[in-house]
Amino acid sequence: MQKFIFVFAALFLLGNSGYAQKLFTRDAKIKFSSDTPMEKIEGLNKSGTCVLDAATGKMEWKVLIKGFLFEKALMQEHFNENYLESSTFPNAQFKGQITNLSEINFSQDGKYTAKAGGKLTIHGVERDVNVEGTVKVSKGSVEVLSNFVVKPEDYKITIPSLVKDNIAKEIKVVVSAVLQPLKS
Amino acid sequence: MKRHFLLLFALLLCSQWLVAQEEDLLSMLGEEKTTDYATASFKTNRIINGHSIENTAAGVLDFKISHRFGPVRQGVYDMFGLDAATIRIGFDYGITDRLMIGVGRNGNEKIIDGFAKYRILRQSTGKRNMPISLSYLIDGQIKTLKFSDAERDNKFTSRLYYTHQLLLARKFSKGLSLQLMPTLVHRNLVPTRDENNDVLAIGIGGRTKLTKRVALNVEYYYVPEGQISTTYANSLSIGFDIETGGHVFQLHFTNTNAMSYKGFITETPEDWFFKNDEGRMLSGIRFGFNVSRVFTVKKPKGLE
Repeated sequence: MQKFIFVFAALFLLGNSGYAQKLFTRDAKIKFSSDTPMEKIEGLNKSGTCVLDAATGKMEWKVLIKGFLFEKALMQEHFNENYLESSTFPNAQFKGQITNLSEINFSQDGKYTAKAGGKLTIHGVERDVNVEGTVKVSKGSVEVLSNFVVKPEDYKITIPSLVKDNIAKEIKVVVSAVLQPLKS
Repeated sequence: MKRHFLLLFALLLCSQWLVAQEEDLLSMLGEEKTTDYATASFKTNRIINGHSIENTAAGVLDFKISHRFGPVRQGVYDMFGLDAATIRIGFDYGITDRLMIGVGRNGNEKIIDGFAKYRILRQSTGKRNMPISLSYLIDGQIKTLKFSDAERDNKFTSRLYYTHQLLLARKFSKGLSLQLMPTLVHRNLVPTRDENNDVLAIGIGGRTKLTKRVALNVEYYYVPEGQISTTYANSLSIGFDIETGGHVFQLHFTNTNAMSYKGFITETPEDWFFKNDEGRMLSGIRFGFNVSRVFTVKKPKGLE
């Protein structure tokens, strides 16, 4: 009997594999900025979803376009209505993989450089992207950070000639997420 | 037997985990239900003459300059009515995302108007389902034009007009929004005893998007007969909203020269097409425009 309890416990542990493998948050921060001499436009979303499987390196992000806040209400309306068309394409998404998983030890405190590759979907357009970022492990919490650049024209976001000097050709994006273990 | 059962159970747990591995990571979290509010049913907070369901956002000041011109039929001599311009200059301000206020000064009859508009219901889907948006508007107007008969015992209250309006709107799709506006206009002083002090009217308005930045608006106010003098018409306006970044230009054709509620509901001078006393067909169409420019006075919270 005891032997079987042991087998059971071992199998169960294997299932959850010591360190909580899946990490997630619903409070991921996604910030973007468009800098031109004419105008600075910034959008911030503090309720992105991020799930990371530490065992396989699989990582997914999802953010609601309508949830981006702007300093100017009119910018927010134009962002949704004219550029990202959030009623047709409500979310932006990244589905990918940490490609240098062997260099990251999720059970040891430290700051690791991470590389990720996968598919980024914005405005209904899916593209392959490769980004670099940081994984910070401290006292059991895992923080994921990355900076990258997105070109509106790559995602079929058309900018009328009237405002082409007001919107940058390259939009800087900063994403960060403090992840918690996912209990399933 | 019991042992076998345990082992089976353990394997089952294990296999479940293996299956879970294959799944989409995000779907493991389950869908978090959020409320999706309908936004931008109209481009600005006015359809043409009257209000739309939209509110000025909290902390935003909306400066509006509007013109209505004389009848287009007057031809080149009056530059198709442009020489007979009336103007309204106004400021709207969003106190919260639900409550906005505004003041304006109209050249026509030297009317000063002030209003408050409150969003009662917001159309939404998702966690909270609401098929329509509903707002209430109260608007007061003071006519500061000199009294026609200075000898008469003129009271200040005779200058006052009030409007109560419910705005019921639904954004049917990305490109189509419709609105119904049951309205009550109260006039403290009316020209003759035959006219009602309280005038009930029903407005209907709509918007359809032509391109991302250009929309077609229609607004009609129907006043059931017997309330106002038969010399007045119902106001019908058709216009385009053109958005250019910071400004919204509303260019329209209308048959009213007034931008105050009591003006365009109870005193619209002519129909779009009518026969004059001699039986000649004439048109009461006038050109007009509203220009709106917004300024962010108070930055929204939650940006850091």
